Amino acid sequence: MRFDLEIIASWIEPGTKVLDLGCGSGDLLYFLVHNKEVTGTGIDFEEANIARCIERGISVIQGDINEEVLDYADNTFDYVILSRTLQQVYEPEVLLKELLRVGRRIVVSFPNFSHWLCRMQLFFMGRTPTTSQLPYDWYNTPNIRVITLRDFRGFVHKTGFKIIREMGINTQNEDLHGRVIRLLPNLRATYGIFLIGH
Amino acid sequence: MKKTIGPTETKYFRLPGSLLLDNNDSLHEGIIAYETYGELNKAADNAILICHALSGDAHAAGFHAGAGKPGWWEIMIGPGKAIDTNRYFVVCSNILGSCMGTSGPSSLNPATGLAYGLQFPVITIADMVKAQKQLIDFLGIPRLLAVIGGSIGGMQGLEWSIRYPEMVFSAILLATTQRHSALAIAFNEVARQAIMADPNWQDGNYYQGTKPDMGLAVARMIGHITYLSDEAMRHKFGRRLQDKEDFSFNFDADFQVESYLRYQGKKFVERFDANSFLYITKAADYFDLAPRRQADGSLKSPFTRAKARYLVVSFTSDWLYPTRESRAMVKAMKKNSLDVSFCEIEAKWGHDAFLLENERLSNLMSGFLDRMGRESQSYAL
Repeated sequence: MRFDLEIIASWIEPGTKVLDLGCGSGDLLYFLVHNKEVTGTGIDFEEANIARCIERGISVIQGDINEEVLDYADNTFDYVILSRTLQQVYEPEVLLKELLRVGRRIVVSFPNFSHWLCRMQLFFMGRTPTTSQLPYDWYNTPNIRVITLRDFRGFVHKTGFKIIREMGINTQNEDLHGRVIRLLPNLRATYGIFLIGH
Repeated sequence: MKKTIGPTETKYFRLPGSLLLDNNDSLHEGIIAYETYGELNKAADNAILICHALSGDAHAAGFHAGAGKPGWWEIMIGPGKAIDTNRYFVVCSNILGSCMGTSGPSSLNPATGLAYGLQFPVITIADMVKAQKQLIDFLGIPRLLAVIGGSIGGMQGLEWSIRYPEMVFSAILLATTQRHSALAIAFNEVARQAIMADPNWQDGNYYQGTKPDMGLAVARMIGHITYLSDEAMRHKFGRRLQDKEDFSFNFDADFQVESYLRYQGKKFVERFDANSFLYITKAADYFDLAPRRQADGSLKSPFTRAKARYLVVSFTSDWLYPTRESRAMVKAMKKNSLDVSFCEIEAKWGHDAFLLENERLSNLMSGFLDRMGRESQSYAL
């Protein structure tokens, strides 16, 4: 499993109920269901991803995450996971509040836009950064939100929710390996992972 | 080509006592035609019920003696197939109101010794399910691993999960709806009018004489328009002419689409009863699982009773039961904290897609059934 997903999995208590938004082909849920006795459901937009999930025995719903979360009753889940998706969300504050309605805790991960490689490209070349985490050009990127670890901390405080845990990690796109970044994560981490609650 | 289950035959089960129907009538001495494939295991926990659609029958898989054509869902049911008869005990029964062996308007009324005709009580999807329940009890199945159906078969699957929640571990619902839309009712009504306008229909009393073939054929033609789609018709026919270079300038079938519909209508009257068409389409029209107003004024969804795990599948080009109707039922299931998976499969063949060979659909179903097999072990009977 991808390094960032492994970190997220390690944060999930066994035997809990988990909703994974943008679950892809279900790697994380598959791991959680089979190793941590988790009851899991995923939501994804892509038919191929959905089909793959159901084929491997993962419960999953095809649809838009912003719409689909609205149907769940309060506190349906122990954890809601939003992995590498926040940067594509049109109304992050609305979604965050909604996720903390349907779930007790949420795990959010996103590519860190203030990684030194991004900063260098902007500073020295004067161009919108493209890295292996953010491989798109400005005109074709699905990433409509530019987020840094520091930005996100401020955003969570503004909403009144609490950051229970956070971690900067250095890993490439589909890497199975990576490092936890403790020193200067906002400069050195390629991804940030946050556990948020009330 | 995968293996077939081989020779199969239809069996008959007499309903014990009389069956109380939703319209408060009773059906006496009812008969259910059914087939089974595979073996029921010792724990009796590997049974799957297949529910057929409007014009289907109990013969879902394998070959009847001397027949060249297999059952209607041969692509899905058999050894090593999505519904694997090496692992599951598969039951398929003909629905109430039909004319393929189960009691319906063309059956003999025990009170008169003549065909029922319109004396047959008007039935609902729930009545079909109540009759199936008696069969499942008779077969010694305490809980179904899955109820699977498309279209009107899907409605039965939904009804099963709500009416007998303890008996349905899971349900696979294909190209179906939780309530018949105005569009679907409208098409059914036009089809019924075609039958009833046929002078041979005789208020349903045609079993001694000439059958209302023309009316039934037109009804079937209307049905086939709804089973295809704008896209499917463009691909399949376009404006192509049938066996001719130019217009005939008369009212023969010029276009391929006309010829196709005429052929489908003609083929249908050879095997189906016009009154059964009236009864079954009416049952579908009555089907509605929307939240109900309770005595205390609150709204209560029928899904509050359900316990099944669901797999809901819709097809992009299905305009009879479009994706938004599948989404509506998925929403109701989610609101009631039910385990539901939903996939919209890209398919250009319209409503009929669930009956056609589709690798994605097969894989979805076998994966889902695998999981149900595992999970049902931890919910012992």
